[in-house]
Amino acid sequence: MTLLSIVMANKLIISLSPHIHSGDSVQKNMYGVLIALIPALLVSFFAFGLGALIVTLTSVAACLFFEWAITKYILKREQTTIMDGSAALTGVLLAFNLPSNLPVWIIIIGALVAIGVGKMTFGGLGCNPFNPALIGRVFLLISFPVQMTSWPQAGQWGAYLDAETGATPLALMKQAIKTGDASVLSDLPSSLSLLIGIPDSCQMGAGCLGEISAGALLLGLIYMLWKKIISWHIPVSILATVFVFSGLMHLANPVYASPIQQLFTGGLMLGAIFMATDYVTSPMSHKGMIIYGIAIGFLTVVIRTFGAYPEGMSFAILIMNAFTPLINTYCKPKRYGEVLKK
Amino acid sequence: MNNFKILINGIVKENPTFVLLLGMCPTLGTTSSAINGMGMGLATMFVLICSNFAISAIKNLVPDMVRIPIFVVVIASFVTILQMLMQAYVPSLYATLGLFIPLIVVNCILLGRAEAFACKNSPIASLFDGLGIGLGFTIALTLLGGIREFLGTGKLFNITIMPEQYGMLVFVLAPGAFIALGYLIAIVNRFKKA
Amino acid sequence: MKKLESSLKNMVLSLTGFSILAGGLLGWVNAATAEPIAQANANALSDAIAKVVPGFDNNPSEEAENVEVNGTTYKIYPATQGGKAIGAAVEASANGFGGALTVLVGFDTEGNIIDYSLLSHTETPGLGSKAADWFKKGAKGDITGKNPGEKTLSVTKDGGEIDAITASTITSRAFLQAVNNAYAAYMNKQVDSTSGASPQY
Repeated sequence: MTLLSIVMANKLIISLSPHIHSGDSVQKNMYGVLIALIPALLVSFFAFGLGALIVTLTSVAACLFFEWAITKYILKREQTTIMDGSAALTGVLLAFNLPSNLPVWIIIIGALVAIGVGKMTFGGLGCNPFNPALIGRVFLLISFPVQMTSWPQAGQWGAYLDAETGATPLALMKQAIKTGDASVLSDLPSSLSLLIGIPDSCQMGAGCLGEISAGALLLGLIYMLWKKIISWHIPVSILATVFVFSGLMHLANPVYASPIQQLFTGGLMLGAIFMATDYVTSPMSHKGMIIYGIAIGFLTVVIRTFGAYPEGMSFAILIMNAFTPLINTYCKPKRYGEVLKK
Repeated sequence: MNNFKILINGIVKENPTFVLLLGMCPTLGTTSSAINGMGMGLATMFVLICSNFAISAIKNLVPDMVRIPIFVVVIASFVTILQMLMQAYVPSLYATLGLFIPLIVVNCILLGRAEAFACKNSPIASLFDGLGIGLGFTIALTLLGGIREFLGTGKLFNITIMPEQYGMLVFVLAPGAFIALGYLIAIVNRFKKA
Repeated sequence: MKKLESSLKNMVLSLTGFSILAGGLLGWVNAATAEPIAQANANALSDAIAKVVPGFDNNPSEEAENVEVNGTTYKIYPATQGGKAIGAAVEASANGFGGALTVLVGFDTEGNIIDYSLLSHTETPGLGSKAADWFKKGAKGDITGKNPGEKTLSVTKDGGEIDAITASTITSRAFLQAVNNAYAAYMNKQVDSTSGASPQY
């Protein structure tokens, strides 16, 4: 009996190391993030009603469809990757970045750009240099500025395309800076209502699906940290930087909104917790993650304060996505046994 | 190589935009509409034909060691002439293309063709090379400008084809230029392989 | 003909020769096009003025006057027909969302707005940049025919009667402010000329 036939007979499997698998997989992490998004999703349905439901369903369905169609007909791959959860996650995150009164055709264009341009052009999951959902959002923001910046106010259950729109807290902040009149800031919803996302009777919040409740997003963060889906480095360094930097600005001139208001408004929480932490497009080492987080926080406040757009989170993340390979190069961990340079 | 082949070579096989990837600055900067792209292409073609012909004609009077400065003087002169003519007779196109007209001087297509073709070939062949490359550039810029104008505003050569509200504004701006150019080159490469 | 060798003498001669040739050519073209270029530039300005104050037969760009109101200088191009004043085009600017926004407003003699033209701006494309057409005759935020002297122009949000550009209230405010400023400058100048008094120093 030769060795080979022994192996064959006993069905011994010969493979390279590692031999122990922790059970970690793309699917597991993607579905973990999706679970973490559930509280925020529920709050958005509660706040925006029918519109939120239509936007989310359209976005997820369109992302799954484009992922399937592109892998099958353009890349001509045997296996489609729609079940790994990444396309569904992109769909939910894209929806979270849109106003709830956005027409369906614009959402479909956004999904096509997110999946087609942002992800599949580069070869699919793991090869994309930029966060696909953010590519979709920024594309739509620049392409359809009117539709993308007319935010419906929360609390309109049955409304979709006909929802009443209002100024977002961030637009009010921008106005305060532009006019140099700090009194505008008193129109901002209270910090508590921004945190919970359930607007008090007179001061309705307005905004896109995912930015209405900072509290629900924080709940998602706690779940992801508990399940070890992400580490604390990126979200904490972003939030801390925004807090410190905008705090200094607020102290210097009260025209700039207070750090608490900066933290709880707009896409900051959503970006810091769910967008910036995307595995593919963020640095790998802990040191790199902190550099990346600080830079995102800094850029966000700079764009919010001095830029042409009221919200800078998505631009800041995309800019730092581009720097990720560079950060990875300079923050390589030492190999085991490597001699430290003096 | 006969003159016709030289002409076709410039348009297809050595298309400056899709194959040689030369002159990217005006390609991205001026193609916000089909008309602008075509205007820039034709302006560059005019300078290219003149400079190719002139450089080829004087090539024996130019010592090798100072050929680059002399080529630059020749090209810059033609660009300045073009600029003054445009300013005088087509001020509206000049206003749109603006800074990109003087920048034709540093368009690497011009110096590239002077070095690679004109200083080795006869004036007539150089003239056809300038015409071919210039046409290739014009076609590429018009195509890119047309795609961007259509996707961005729903118009083509200022004629409305679909309602403007469906236009994706990003294509009129700089990021759209990069996206559209990238996909155009990808499509061209796909057909070249096949 | 053999190619010239790269000796110092040849290099200097060839460079000098071609530079002189190119310089001469440029000088000639410059002389030939100087007249049409000046004409084209003048046309561009008078075209813009003609759009906002139609019907003049003088040359407003040559009769431009500078008027100072509250420390800011405004350019006023008076328009006359057969020697009689029919209005003026006033250049004014204000700070918009992205930076300075310059507008040329045409007024008739009573101060009613005839038309306007957005000369330069740095507003967000697709949002604030709509100001170029938004306030024209027949558009949503029509300001033509209105007189800022009777009621200062302001957006509905601030209690005025002009519809702001969708999602660009700041740009709309800046635009209307520029128009109001232009009106103030125009009225100031009219007061000066009707009273016939020369400025007192």
